[in-house]
Amino acid sequence: MRGGNKLENTYIIDLKSITKEYDGTKVLDNISFYVRKNEFITLLGPSGCGKTTTLRIIGGFEQPTEGRVIFEGKDITNLPPYKRQINTVFQKYALFPHMNVFENIAFGLNIKKVPKDEIKKRVKEMLKLVNLDGYENRSIQSLSGGQQQRVAIARALVNEPKVLLLDEPLGALDLKLRKEMQTELKSMQQRVGITFIYVTHDQEEALTMSDTIVVMDKGVIQQIGTPVDIYNEPKNSFVAKFIGESNIVEGIMREDFIVEFAGRVFKCIDKGFQKNEEIEVVIRPEDIIITKPEEGQLKGIITSVIFKGVHYEMICNDGQFDWKIHSTSMKPVGTEVGMSVEPENIHVMKKAIKK
Amino acid sequence: MKMKIFSYPYMLWLVIFIVVPLLLVFLYAVTTTENGGLQFTVENLRRFLDPNYLDVLWVSIKLALQTTIITLILGYPIGMIIAREKPSKRNIMVLLFVIPMWMNFLLRTYAWLTLLGKNGIVNYIVTLLGFEPLDLLYNDGAVLLGMIYNFLPFMVLPIYSVIEKIDNSLIEAAEDLGANKFEVFTKVTLPLSIPGIMTGITMVFMPAVSTFVISRLLGGGQYMLIGNLIEQQFLWVGDWHFGSAISIIMMIFILIAMAITSKFDDQKEGSSGLW
Repeated sequence: MRGGNKLENTYIIDLKSITKEYDGTKVLDNISFYVRKNEFITLLGPSGCGKTTTLRIIGGFEQPTEGRVIFEGKDITNLPPYKRQINTVFQKYALFPHMNVFENIAFGLNIKKVPKDEIKKRVKEMLKLVNLDGYENRSIQSLSGGQQQRVAIARALVNEPKVLLLDEPLGALDLKLRKEMQTELKSMQQRVGITFIYVTHDQEEALTMSDTIVVMDKGVIQQIGTPVDIYNEPKNSFVAKFIGESNIVEGIMREDFIVEFAGRVFKCIDKGFQKNEEIEVVIRPEDIIITKPEEGQLKGIITSVIFKGVHYEMICNDGQFDWKIHSTSMKPVGTEVGMSVEPENIHVMKKAIKK
Repeated sequence: MKMKIFSYPYMLWLVIFIVVPLLLVFLYAVTTTENGGLQFTVENLRRFLDPNYLDVLWVSIKLALQTTIITLILGYPIGMIIAREKPSKRNIMVLLFVIPMWMNFLLRTYAWLTLLGKNGIVNYIVTLLGFEPLDLLYNDGAVLLGMIYNFLPFMVLPIYSVIEKIDNSLIEAAEDLGANKFEVFTKVTLPLSIPGIMTGITMVFMPAVSTFVISRLLGGGQYMLIGNLIEQQFLWVGDWHFGSAISIIMMIFILIAMAITSKFDDQKEGSSGLW
C-alpha cells in the first residue's frame, strides 16, 4: 500500500487487522497500517469514521475486538495505557483543573519519581519549547484556548514518549490560531523527533502537516499515502470528494492510457484496467485550462462565477455536466469557452462498488 | 433591574421567618426576666460553662464527628461506585438511596427500635445461635447507628454528583501519563471531589450535632445531647433564656465547622458562599 522501505524494524507501530465492535456494530473493520519512526501520520476522515477509536486503541483506552497492536515489535494489545510509552494530547486538552501549569506538566514525571531538580529543569525546557516561558504558576482557568493547548502538548512531550497521539488538538481554536499552531506543531515534531499520530477531519490540516495520510470512512481505510499522492491520485470518489474539490465523472477505460468520458476520448497516464472497464475520472478544478471554444477538448458555457480571493470559481456546462473550474482569469457568465486537461491531470479511479 | 420586584415576597418571607426569630433567640439569650422586667445579662451564656453542660456539648460534638467520619468512609466508595455505573443502573441506585428519605424520619428511626429491641429481630437471631440477648438499645452505639443510617444519603449524594461530573478524559489523561488506578484516585479523583466531600460533611455534621429525636428514641430518656438539652429547656423546664443561649452557642459551633469546611472547598474553585 505504501512505497519505500518495508523493513519491519523501522516500524514503531504496526496495526494488524484491527476490528472493533460496540454492541454488535462494527466501528472499525480490518484496519491495518504501520507507522514509521519519526513520521507525522494523520488519520483523516469525517466524524464517525473510526479515526478516534483507532487512536484510542493505540493509546490503550480501548481494546480491539480482533487484531493486534504491535509496538516496536512487541504485542501491546492488552497493555494498560499507563504502561505504554505513548502519550496523548486530548481533544479538549483534559488538563487537571486543580493543578497549575507547572503541576500539570510535571504530572507524568512525578509519577515516575523523577528527582525534583530534574523535573524543574525539564518542565522549564518544555515551557520554552511551547512558548510559555514564565507561566509555571498560572492556573489552568486563566489560560486561553491556545495556551491550554500548548500546556497539553508540553504535558505529553515532557515524558519523552516514543509516540505522541493527538486527537483533533486544534479543533477548538479559531482559524488564525489554528494555522499558526499547525506550523508550530509540525516544526516541533521535527525538532523533538517524535512520531506523531494525528487525528483530524480537516483535510487542509492533514495536507499541510502530514508525511503520511490515512483516509478513513465508515471504519474502513480508504487510502494511505503521502499528501501529494492522496490529492493527486485519489483511489476512489470518497477520497477525491473528501480531499479538496473535484469534478468526478463516469467514464470507460478503452485501453491503457486511453479513457473516454464526456463523450470524448482523452489521453491519460493510467493503465492496468480491463478493456472497456467502467471507471470514474477525477479532475481537479484548477487543472482545467480555459481556452478559446474551438481549441478546447470540451466546449461549454459559463453559468456561474464566484470570486474566491486567490482565484475565481466558475461553473461551465458542456451540455451534460457542470464542470467546476478554478482560474485566476475570469470569464463572464454566458461566455462560450473551451476546456482542456493535460493527460497527467486526468485521474482514473476504480468505480465505487454501490452498496 | 425590573425583576427585582419579584424578590420582595421572598425578602418578606426571609425577614418574618428567619431574621426576626433569630433576633428573638439572640435577645432571649442575653436577657433575663428574673427580677421582673427585661434585663440584659451574660448569665445565661455563663451558665453553660458548668461541667455538666460542657460534657453534653462534648458528647454531641464527638458523636457528630464520629457520624461524619463514618458516613464519609462509607459514603465515599458508595458515591464513587454509583458514579462509575452506566447511567441506567446509576439512576436506580440513586433512587434506592433516596426512597427511604421519602418516609418519615421518625418512622425510620422507630423501625430501629423494633430491630434492636430486647425482643427484636437481631436479638432473636442472636438467641437462635445460642447466645445471651444483647443490650443493643439506649447506648452510644445505638444513637451513632441511628445517625449514620439517617444521614448517610446526605454524604453519598453530593459526593456522587461531584464524581459523576469529573470528565472521564481527566482520568484517561492521568492513566496516559503513567498513573495506575491508585495514583489516578489519589492525584485526580480525590482532589477533584473535595467540594462534594465538604458539602457532604456540612450536610451531615449540622443535623447530627443538633439532633434530639434520634438520641431520644435510640438513646433512651436519660440520653442527653445538646439538642435534647435545648428541647428540655424550652419544653419542660420553660427557661427560654437559657435554651436560647445554648442555641446560640450551638450555632456558633456550626458556623465554625462550616467556615473550616468551606476553607478547603474554596481552595481553587473561586468563592462559593459565605466565607
